[in-house]
Amino acid sequence: MLSAPAVSGGCSAETAPILELRGVAKHFANGVEALAGIDLTVKRGEFLSLLGPSGCGKSTLLRIVAGLTPPSRGTCHLTLEGQGRARVAAGRIGFVFQDPTLMPWSTVTNNVLLPFRIARRLGVAERERAASAIRAVGLAGFEHAYPRELSGGMRMRVSIARALVTDPDLLLLDEPFAALDEITRLALNDDLLQLWEERRPTILFVTHSVFESVYLSTRIAVMTARPGRISADIAVGLAHPRQRATRSSPEYVALCDSVSAELGKAMGGGS
Amino acid sequence: MNRLAVRIAGPVVVGVLFVALWALAVWLFAMRPFVLPSPWAVAQSLWVDGPSLLGSLSFTLEVTLAALASAIVIGGLIAIAFSLSRLVEISFFPYVVILQVTPLIAIAPLLIIWVHIASAAAGGDDHPMVALLICAWIVAFFPIVANTTAGLNSADPNLLALFRLYGASRWRTLWLLRMPTALPYFLTGVRISGGLALIGAVAGEFVAGTGGAETGLAYRILEAQYRLLTARLFAALILLSLTGVVIYLALDQLSRLILRRWHESAAGGESE
Repeated sequence: MLSAPAVSGGCSAETAPILELRGVAKHFANGVEALAGIDLTVKRGEFLSLLGPSGCGKSTLLRIVAGLTPPSRGTCHLTLEGQGRARVAAGRIGFVFQDPTLMPWSTVTNNVLLPFRIARRLGVAERERAASAIRAVGLAGFEHAYPRELSGGMRMRVSIARALVTDPDLLLLDEPFAALDEITRLALNDDLLQLWEERRPTILFVTHSVFESVYLSTRIAVMTARPGRISADIAVGLAHPRQRATRSSPEYVALCDSVSAELGKAMGGGS
Repeated sequence: MNRLAVRIAGPVVVGVLFVALWALAVWLFAMRPFVLPSPWAVAQSLWVDGPSLLGSLSFTLEVTLAALASAIVIGGLIAIAFSLSRLVEISFFPYVVILQVTPLIAIAPLLIIWVHIASAAAGGDDHPMVALLICAWIVAFFPIVANTTAGLNSADPNLLALFRLYGASRWRTLWLLRMPTALPYFLTGVRISGGLALIGAVAGEFVAGTGGAETGLAYRILEAQYRLLTARLFAALILLSLTGVVIYLALDQLSRLILRRWHESAAGGESE
């Protein structure tokens, strides 16, 4: 098993913000205004869901946090181990797309090893970490399979293992389960929760499912339709570990109701 | 099994019918041999002239394979240069197209003059093979450049983003992502180029008219035409077509072998 990210200073460091967004806005060359004035502070170890209607700029926000796209205005400050290129190469951020985004010519193991292959680090330790990440997502026995031999859910698991293999401080998930069937999605929700409970990375999880966001996260940021703003910031106080039974508890149902109401407001009244 | 039998029997029946009709027509209309020789006369010519035709074929084949090899290497390098710099691609691609759309037959005389002058200046013998090689290369390299460039540029945008996230250099991205993505495109280009290299080698020789000790099949066809040895002309044509087919099948098999492990068109069987 991989150890949790080394954090010096105990409790105070646990609660220090890992991410601070101040007045982040994004408009594209074609005139589309995707984001308008996002302020968001994420603490280390939080599981934050960005919940909003399609096209509210949730994915754009995630890409800004990952450094794949610069914001048009505002600042995005990440506090990770190391600095600059070294920080990036060390894989302190993991990213999971809506599609598995695997390399079809590579086996499961080689896909998961990708971050290390890019950095030319392929030692015994890295291979062990890959094997452990593959076990953690329940794909032991499929190390030498090619992506086309796997089901959609299994491919998504490979994608998650690849994001986990560097043991990132920050895990960015962009509607990773949206394209999966309900049964697979529920199973992956539980697996993701378990991974988070074991390793406690900070997670930013983009979704348009109220149930998914309430079940998974410790906190939900509800976003309005384009241009995206954060219209509500809701703490989810459900106890951990959460199980399937959590879904039928009164607190869960009440939270789903209030989050739905906020989402309704964000979609209707906003602009 | 039944399907395979049909796939073999079908073309064979058509071929036999065609040869029978041909023989019948020669007999019925009392064709003179230099207009249309009988299948039998062609077969005889294949047998009698075969050894010397095969010698010429090996020369043509040498030019073809050398042109294909250099088209693969140079075409591949050009495509990589294009994919590394959008500016280079935008600036040079039109000229690649111009080189491609100008009829080879029209360029060949110019090439022959230049090669002649160059080899004279070098103080060596005249090397007609060099001119032929350049002719064949010009037709063969374009599909490789065009296909490989398209392949190198068609990497999954999300994977490209992931490579950036993990701090991959341009070369690392080229090696680990763009080149594997381009492989099927590149192999399609190679398959097309194999046939074109043969066409280029033959067309070049028609213009260059090598003469001398070493001659290719094209020259033998011209010679047979001048001497009205139509049966020999047919024999040379048959050898040329067979060569084209063999080149295609060999390259097709090679690309299937290389792609077998992951590419869907190869895994799915017949998709073309």
